[in-house]
Amino acid sequence: MRTLNGAQIVVESLKAEGVEVIFGYPGGAVLSLYDALYGEEEIKHILTRHEQGAVHAADGYARATGKCGVVFATSGPGATNLVTGIANAYMDSVPLVAITGQVASGLIGKDSFQEADITGITQPITKYSYLVKDVKDLARIMREAFHIATTGRPGPVVVDLPKDIAAAETEFIYPPEVNLPGYKYIYNGITANLTQAVKAVNQAERPVIYAGGGIIAAGAHEELIAFAEKINAPVTTTLMGKGAFPDVHPLALGMPGMHGTAYANYAITDSDLVIGLGVRFDDRVTGRLDMFAPNATIIHVDIDPAEISKNIRADIPLVGNVREVLADLLKEVEPRQHQAWLDKVEQWRRNHPLNYDQDNEVIKPQYVVEQICDITRGEAFIATEVGQNQMWAAQFYQCKYPRRFISSGGLGTMGFGLPAAIGVQLAHPDSVVFNIAGDGSIQMNSQEFATAVQYGLPIKVAILNNHYLGMVRQWQELFYDRRYSYTHMEGGPDFVKLAEAYGAQGMRVERPEDVRPALERAMAAPGTFVIEFIVDEEENVFPMVPAGGAINKMLGGGKR
Amino acid sequence: MKHTLAVLVENRPGVLTRIAGLFARRGYNIESLAVGHTEDPEISRITIVVDGDDRVIEQVTKQLHKLVEVIKLSDITQDQFVDRELVLVKVNADPNTRAEIMQIVDIFRARIVDIGRDSLIIEATGDSGKISAIETSLRPFGLREVVRTGKIAMVRGAKFKNGQG
Ligand SMILES: Cc1ncc(C[n+]2csc(CCOP(=O)(O)OP(=O)(O)O)c2C)c(N)n1
Repeated sequence: MRTLNGAQIVVESLKAEGVEVIFGYPGGAVLSLYDALYGEEEIKHILTRHEQGAVHAADGYARATGKCGVVFATSGPGATNLVTGIANAYMDSVPLVAITGQVASGLIGKDSFQEADITGITQPITKYSYLVKDVKDLARIMREAFHIATTGRPGPVVVDLPKDIAAAETEFIYPPEVNLPGYKYIYNGITANLTQAVKAVNQAERPVIYAGGGIIAAGAHEELIAFAEKINAPVTTTLMGKGAFPDVHPLALGMPGMHGTAYANYAITDSDLVIGLGVRFDDRVTGRLDMFAPNATIIHVDIDPAEISKNIRADIPLVGNVREVLADLLKEVEPRQHQAWLDKVEQWRRNHPLNYDQDNEVIKPQYVVEQICDITRGEAFIATEVGQNQMWAAQFYQCKYPRRFISSGGLGTMGFGLPAAIGVQLAHPDSVVFNIAGDGSIQMNSQEFATAVQYGLPIKVAILNNHYLGMVRQWQELFYDRRYSYTHMEGGPDFVKLAEAYGAQGMRVERPEDVRPALERAMAAPGTFVIEFIVDEEENVFPMVPAGGAINKMLGGGKR
Repeated sequence: MKHTLAVLVENRPGVLTRIAGLFARRGYNIESLAVGHTEDPEISRITIVVDGDDRVIEQVTKQLHKLVEVIKLSDITQDQFVDRELVLVKVNADPNTRAEIMQIVDIFRARIVDIGRDSLIIEATGDSGKISAIETSLRPFGLREVVRTGKIAMVRGAKFKNGQG
């Protein structure tokens, strides 16, 4: 039997879970953990410049691979710096295990140096959390933590490890099984409603598929394509579901909701059957609840029963893994045509396309996104920040594959994109990874340029610099009478110099004709490359459904 | 409407804060919550009384179900169940009112468990209705302190067994 200390048990457990890369930042309470990592070959540790960077990187890694992200942080300030990232992963159902150091058991509860009750602080934003009290429990806890994080509806789990327990020794046996009598994540009860769902699908005249992040989490994109083609229904994909259905597919409607396409929103509003697949009827999608698909039967497939009828009453609920449910549906439903309905949708698409006007003078941000899409053929990994940049990326980057559009949906975390891109690039060293950013967001975690450079990551950062906190400015313009209160970002930094200061390459682009050559240069460059695009300052994201409005009542869109 | 939920949970650290926290942050109204372990020391029984319409109760139930420690949860509102609450009341009692108070205690089949110079402590068990009636009857004498345990409940017969169906 092998006797190991707590820290070594953590490392061995990670290996047993097949973890290849972890992100973290050391400190006093995790000295043993870091010591256990010293010289470790099987597990690569990425040192970020801030714990928030580490947790977003682990999150990005998880989103891009489907594996569990792992992050280390020390007690107190290290752990509290994880909070935003944990909440971010929780809102978007990303599997993540955060291992935090804690002060020694005897010092807990005494306001000791660098003590923070991280299990308490993160309770509302984790799927589960552990404070390890005995080294003998540690292997079991690690096993359970990964099991809980990755099964059912995935989510973050915190393991808080006191310093003395990391140093204490015991026999290491990694439990082959977990025993959690209260943890239920496999549901049956599907069959009764399946028949009803099949009937509804067979009878529908104007069906719309509304697909979300659950499709990607379940790896159900192929089933989704087959299903949509068989019943010939248009498919709208949420921000979290982007890539679950190819944006270039003739049945694709793009994103629904607040900044969704007009044709997706019209289609939902006019439909007689909404087939919700791995979605949670988020308020950014539904808008005013009583005006959402008012004449439609609602089928809702989700692995989390608590999502059923939380926001929109489901007529036909199907609780289960969306891939399995879709496979069953696919077998049972009849092939359909819906020509009249698809013609109508096509007409909306023609009359109300996403558009913008690129002139010869000033760069439109949408143009930059379109060019990135064109040059990468819709096959790159895109990590976005939050704000207008994110919505333009969602609208104009035509994504072909799942797990390639990495964006903070539920929490809307500025500063997510750059560290997430680091996690993505580590997972896919040979793929093209773009971080589409705003000038505000990029400054929230720009210290991570250093991480990208240290590990030689060839991330391309496209900053759409409008010198504003653009999305907030847009709301001020539309709803606060253009009173631009504290949204103008004056002064620096000079992003080119900033990139160079970190050892990356940087360049500034101010004219539309220089956009494409700059992107070509960035693509050819071997290392981290930052392009600052000086874009139209007051460009808006359209269409837009005002918060709480009906989704078929959209603002803007220029030549509509 | 008030619903009574019977919840069996694994006795893990933090389970009570998880449950209470869930109610607080999702904006559900806890009327009362009583907890203690069952015949199996690894398993606790929590009785929760919660106020809300059907949709709220449906969400409460589903969200509680998601908690890793929750083994079984039943909304026993529609079932035949026995419920009890215990109350301790410290009431003003001078020689002139003592007799009258003792009469009330008798009527409710409560007990006097402490006698002070100018006060009595009364213990009563019963369903919420009875407890409230005692409180109302004693109020005119001047209530100094009232402590209630919150409701505990058990379904009649063999339907709800710990650890299984
Ligand atoms: C951490 C955080 N703080 C504040 C906000 C609120 N917020 C949403 S969008 C936005 C503006 C983003 O500005 P920028 O990154 O420059 O992007 P743009 O909208 O201009 O593309 C702000 C401040 C947020 N989402 N996240």
